[in-house]
Amino acid sequence: MSLAVAERTEPERLAQDPGGSEKVFVTLMVANQLCGVAALTVRDILGEQTITRIPLAPPEVAGSLNLRGRIVTAVDLRRRLDLPRAAVGQRPMSVVVEQSGELYALLVDQVSEVVSLATQKFERNPPTLPPPWADYSAGIFRLQDRLLVVLDTARLLALAPPG
Amino acid sequence: MDDLLADFLTETNEGLTELDSALVKLERNPGDEATLSLIFRLVHTVKGTCGFLGLPRLEKVAHAAENVLGKLRDRQLQVTGEVITHVLAAIDQIKDIVATLGTTGAEPTGNDAALIAVLDQVCRGIKPTSVGAAEPIVQVSSAPEQPAPELLAPEPRLREESAGGDAAPSAPGTASQTIRVGVDVLEDLMTLVSELVLTRNQLLQLARGADGGETGRFTVPLQRLSHITSDLQEGVMKTRMQPIGNVWNKLPRLVRDLARELNKKIELVMQGADTELDRQVLELIKDPLTHMVRNSADHGLETPLARRAAGKPEVGQITLNAFHEGGHIIIEISDDGAGLSVERIKAKALANGLASEAELAAMTEAQIQRFIMRAGFSTAAAITAVSGRGVGMDVVKTNIEQIGGTIDLKSTHGQGTVFTIKIPLTLAIVSALIVQAGGERFAVPQISVIELVRARTGAATDNGTEPMLERINDTPVLRLRDQLLPLVSLTALLRLPAIEAESAGNAVYIVVTQIGGTTMGLIVDRVFDTEEIVVKPVAPILRHISMFSGNTILGDGSVIMILDPNGIARASGVGGDSRAGRLPASGAATLSGPTLAGPADNRVAMLLFRAGDQAPKAIPLGLIARLEDIAGDKIEYSAGLPVAQYRGRLMPLVPMIGMFDPLRKSHSVLVFNDDEQRHANPAGASNGGRCMGLVVDEIIDVVEETLQIALAGSRPGLLGTAVIAGNATDVIDIGFYLTQAFADWFAEPPRIGGADRTGKPARILVVEDSEFFRHLLVPTLSSAGYDVIAVSGPAQALRLHDGGEMFDAVVSDIEMPGMNGIAFVRTLREKGHWMDLPVIALTSHVAPEQIELGREAGFTDYVAKFERAGLLASLQQCLAQPRMATPMALAA
Repeated sequence: MSLAVAERTEPERLAQDPGGSEKVFVTLMVANQLCGVAALTVRDILGEQTITRIPLAPPEVAGSLNLRGRIVTAVDLRRRLDLPRAAVGQRPMSVVVEQSGELYALLVDQVSEVVSLATQKFERNPPTLPPPWADYSAGIFRLQDRLLVVLDTARLLALAPPG
Repeated sequence: MDDLLADFLTETNEGLTELDSALVKLERNPGDEATLSLIFRLVHTVKGTCGFLGLPRLEKVAHAAENVLGKLRDRQLQVTGEVITHVLAAIDQIKDIVATLGTTGAEPTGNDAALIAVLDQVCRGIKPTSVGAAEPIVQVSSAPEQPAPELLAPEPRLREESAGGDAAPSAPGTASQTIRVGVDVLEDLMTLVSELVLTRNQLLQLARGADGGETGRFTVPLQRLSHITSDLQEGVMKTRMQPIGNVWNKLPRLVRDLARELNKKIELVMQGADTELDRQVLELIKDPLTHMVRNSADHGLETPLARRAAGKPEVGQITLNAFHEGGHIIIEISDDGAGLSVERIKAKALANGLASEAELAAMTEAQIQRFIMRAGFSTAAAITAVSGRGVGMDVVKTNIEQIGGTIDLKSTHGQGTVFTIKIPLTLAIVSALIVQAGGERFAVPQISVIELVRARTGAATDNGTEPMLERINDTPVLRLRDQLLPLVSLTALLRLPAIEAESAGNAVYIVVTQIGGTTMGLIVDRVFDTEEIVVKPVAPILRHISMFSGNTILGDGSVIMILDPNGIARASGVGGDSRAGRLPASGAATLSGPTLAGPADNRVAMLLFRAGDQAPKAIPLGLIARLEDIAGDKIEYSAGLPVAQYRGRLMPLVPMIGMFDPLRKSHSVLVFNDDEQRHANPAGASNGGRCMGLVVDEIIDVVEETLQIALAGSRPGLLGTAVIAGNATDVIDIGFYLTQAFADWFAEPPRIGGADRTGKPARILVVEDSEFFRHLLVPTLSSAGYDVIAVSGPAQALRLHDGGEMFDAVVSDIEMPGMNGIAFVRTLREKGHWMDLPVIALTSHVAPEQIELGREAGFTDYVAKFERAGLLASLQQCLAQPRMATPMALAA
């Protein structure tokens, strides 16, 4: 239950805690962008799933799927981030996260690895970040060869009902 | 909070609930020593434990109450309503303190000196001065042989005994047979069992799918697993079951207090208190039930004075009755009070803009009574402290619908009202019908499904017995046993891509659902099985979609959405609750545009079409029997006039614009029927039913709109011009075209009976407030050979009466502002020279009870408003009958 609170304060903690230890992230790819989700919030990683479409749902909601008897709402990360649709034939993977006691599956292109990152490599969002990314990014990690966007799952899943 | 305190609170709360019922019972049977000592013991326990736990305030109040009870027990005090009131006051105080204890863990500060002083005064036998004394109003049952066992509430604890146990397990000995288990433990168990059921279903499905060899070895253990799972499910469900009496045990007290407050005499009868249902459901119906009992006491029952005047016993009765019926629990809340006043509801509905006069006129009494369950409706003339605090029956209805239940009511004026609530036994597992639409599967709760109908969508051929899906423009309708069933396409409603089935002349399935009083058909592509499903709430981000009540996992492991028939009815504007709704939402019914805004006063469904020029034309939909497309090569000529073979007879075709384009491939034809029930034509034709087809260019839409004829008709065949859907529209006088096809379409009645012996045309007075209907009736009757005078209301009619005018018959609307038709005919029948005139009532709705009412008031006959033929037939009949001698000389 306290997860939501923890996530919301995460960027602050990451930024203001330079001497701090390491944080663990599940890294994933969406449209060639490396992203990370705090490993503590992740409940499951799934391959391609049968997803039931939900009529009248917000467009970002891809449908729902059955995870060992629990119904999980699938959110298409590409749509959420205003990215072009995945190529035909690409099989999305799911990162299942828990949010206020509910499970959500984030549909991503590829889930890579679990990494442990030192918090001094963390930076706040550059002010020039375009809107969808700025909204859902909790900050950036400078890795050796590329940047990792830390996804703020709480905000990602705060889907406002249309209208 | 330490465990000791927690235990004390649980125990005390239980004891307090029991105390309420017991005290009321004692009041009814003052001599009941067993109850008295039970009460004494309960209060004593509270007092003792408080002292032990160091709760001085609680202890003092309990002590004072105990003193009084002690005196009662020792017969030093008489059990009177007054004494009981004081003890109840003390119990209330204890409850308050305990409630605070529960939330804060400490006794609230406060002073109970006044209360204690009063109790002490009572104890010493002095009439306390601070409280206005009143005699007990709740009936003290003088007959001790009526022990009212249902009043003795079962103890509010989980019962391990089966439902067949004694109705009143009041003997303290049984307590040792139970253990206290946290509700959350049971909830978790239930969740686990639900999962188990799903997994079992999945396994069974797998086993069915696989063939031969390997699976054979699994069959037996799988079957065993299946059985055990079912038993387990049942067992766990049982642990969650509680007798409904647990909710009811608060009610005797409530009713007693209400009786005092309202100065009424009320007896509460409870039957079936041991009927068990899921505690989750129980929790959810608690408030609605309380509210309804309160309503019955406040609004339903009359004062003793009024009751005596009505010839009823002074003591009003509220009866609660619970029983099982086919997987559901039925709870009836009835009172023998005044019943609902239809007139008052109508007035209120009008005042609140919930419906228009015309709409109300079209409703049956039952439909009108259901208004009380609409939002913003309270029938109590004055808002009392008891009910009518803005929380109305609509909230009750919503709450009950939320748990998949339904509520209905039946009220007889002067005899009382019965509310019937039907709720599922449990919320966790329901039986559902699995259907498919737009390539997706959905579950429809079985409770709301009445029947399944297979209907053809193909061309209008006359073979086959399956009902046919008809379309008025793009709005589908189905004729089901002589009733027009509004249809909603699930595919369109859920904005799913349409799959061939519906368009390709295949059969579709129609799930006929009933929500409250509305019946509606859902068009689906396929129907699968029924399945027991475990209802799970949808994710919060999807909760705004009112079309779904939950979701579930099917036996094959796929997720499926559960449809909420209430939500669908509301969304499609079919349900009586959404007057703001549009036409049945079928994707393309957009032509009508923003037609409705606020309550209209005279809405009529009109068919819009084009013929000749571009200007839209309109005909009231009710006059049209069918819409057909007739192929050009099917049109034949008889004596130079176009006809088509239609349903085994020849139907003359009348081109709307006088011209007929024989080259057109297909013609849109509006079919008008002569009433087939009209006496068979003895003169020759094989059957009396005749029909005529009006050929138009194109059917545009069906709109429901206020009809105000702005310009009167300037040429034959035109009633006038009105603004419909934003366009100037010609309103067609269909009577003109009917006589073109059959010169004698209307001529027959007057020939036989319309004219009186002297050959003069019969004179008819039409009393109708709606301008539109006057426009419709006058030409109809005139073309039938009658001499017609139309007035806009009873007042004008009576003026004619007083002026000495005379008619042969009166045709009157029922619903009119000011004096209505019923009152009008009563006035006519009282005295005067119109006393014996045939008076025909016109109504948009012909309900048996309404007809009865009309006949009692003095109407000769009842005719549906749009039934032209019916009206003519009725007139003919009325005029043919020799009337009581009315001096014709009076006819001006």
